[in-house]
Amino acid sequence: MLRLINAMLLPSQGQVLVEGRATAEWDPIRLRRGIGYVIQEAGLFPHFTVAENVALVPSLEKWERGRTEARVAELLRLVGLEPGEFEGRRPRELSGGQRQRVGVARALAADPPILLMDEPFGALDPVTRAELQREFRALAQRLGKTIVFVTHDLREALMLASRIVLLETGRIVAVAPPQEFLQLKHPEVRAFAASLETHPGVTE
Amino acid sequence: MSAGLGDWSFFVEHRAEILGATLEHVELVLISMLIAMLIAVPLGMFIVQRPALRAVSIGIANVFQTIPSLALFGFLIPIPFIGGIGKRTAIVALVLYALLPILRNTYVGLSGIDPSVLEAAEAMGMTSAQILFRVRFPLALSIILAGIRTATIITIGIATIGAAIGAGGLGTFIFRGVALVSDSLILAGAIPAALLALIADFLLGLLERRLRVA
Repeated sequence: MLRLINAMLLPSQGQVLVEGRATAEWDPIRLRRGIGYVIQEAGLFPHFTVAENVALVPSLEKWERGRTEARVAELLRLVGLEPGEFEGRRPRELSGGQRQRVGVARALAADPPILLMDEPFGALDPVTRAELQREFRALAQRLGKTIVFVTHDLREALMLASRIVLLETGRIVAVAPPQEFLQLKHPEVRAFAASLETHPGVTE
Repeated sequence: MSAGLGDWSFFVEHRAEILGATLEHVELVLISMLIAMLIAVPLGMFIVQRPALRAVSIGIANVFQTIPSLALFGFLIPIPFIGGIGKRTAIVALVLYALLPILRNTYVGLSGIDPSVLEAAEAMGMTSAQILFRVRFPLALSIILAGIRTATIITIGIATIGAAIGAGGLGTFIFRGVALVSDSLILAGAIPAALLALIADFLLGLLERRLRVA
C-alpha cells in the first residue's frame, strides 16, 4: 500500500492521489523526495556514516554544506541521538533502536510533508519499541505531518493513530478514530479487539 | 638433471635476463587484467538488471574457462586481427580467462545487496544510476576486488604458457627448461612466477579488506 503512495508501484486500476495529483502523473523521483519513508529494518546504507545517511536526501537535492550539517545535527537531537557522539558512526555500530531512530531522522531530513512508515518498530525488542512509540507519538504531534503508518500491532495503532484503517485481504473493512475503533461491530475488528483482551497488561 | 635445488649460481648469472622476463610477464598480466576489468566490470553492472543477458554472458565466460589454455592459445593463432604469433594473441587469451571471475563476482556483489537498503534508496528518490553508483557499487567493491584477485593469480600462471606462442615472459625459461631438461631453467621461470602470484595475492588481499563494509 505504501509503495502505491510513493509510486514504487502504480495502480493497475483506479488512481492514487498525492496532493491532488495521480501518482502516475508525478515524476516518481520528485514525488519520493517529498515523502519520508521508514521501514522495519531501517535500510540504512552500511557504507555511510550516520550523518551521511541522514543527509541523503539533502545531498541528492544539493543543499549547501552548512545547511545540511545544521539539519543533520537538528534531526539527530530530535530523535534523541547526541550528534557529537553518533554522527561519525556506521550503522553496524548502532543498536536496533538507534538504527531505527536514524531511519526516522533520515526520512525527515528534507522536511517532507508526508511520512510513510512500514512497521518501523516491528523488529525491536518490547522495551525499546515502547520507548520509541512514546517518543514518536510526541514527535508526530509536534511535526504536524501526514503520516501513513502500517502495523499489525493494534495496541500500536490505538496509541499512535488519529484514524485507524483496517485492511482485510486488500480491502478497507473499517475506518475509525481509535476511541471508536474498538466499538465497531465488524467481525475482523472484533477479532482484533479480542486478541487485545487475551493479553493481560494492555491497559497502560 | 643438471642442477640441484641448492644451485643458485644460475639465477645469479642470469639475473638480468630473469628480471627482464619478469617485467615482460608483469606487463602481459597488467595489460590483460586492465582490459578484462574494463570489459567485465561494466558488463557485470549491465547484466544485474537483465536476467536473460546474465545467463548468456556468464555462460560464455564459463566456456572460455573450460578450454585448456594451451589449446586456446593455439586456436587464436589463425584468427585474423587478434591472432598471430606474439604478445597480442597472448593478451587476448589471458583476457578471456580473466573475464569469468571478475564478471561473476561483479554480478554477485551487485546483486547481493540487502534488499531493505535498496528499497530505502529507491523510496528516498534516488535514480537508478544513483543507486548503482552510490549504493550498489561501493557495497559490492570488496567482492568485485576478490574476483580481480582470483583473476590476477590465474593470469600470472597462464601467462607462462604465452611463451609457447612467442609472447615472452617467464614462460620462456620454463619451455626452454622443459626442452633442455634443465631444472635450473624451469625454476628460473617458475619461482619468479610463483613469487609474483604471492605478492599480487597479498597486496590485493590487503586492498580487499580495506574496502570491505560491515
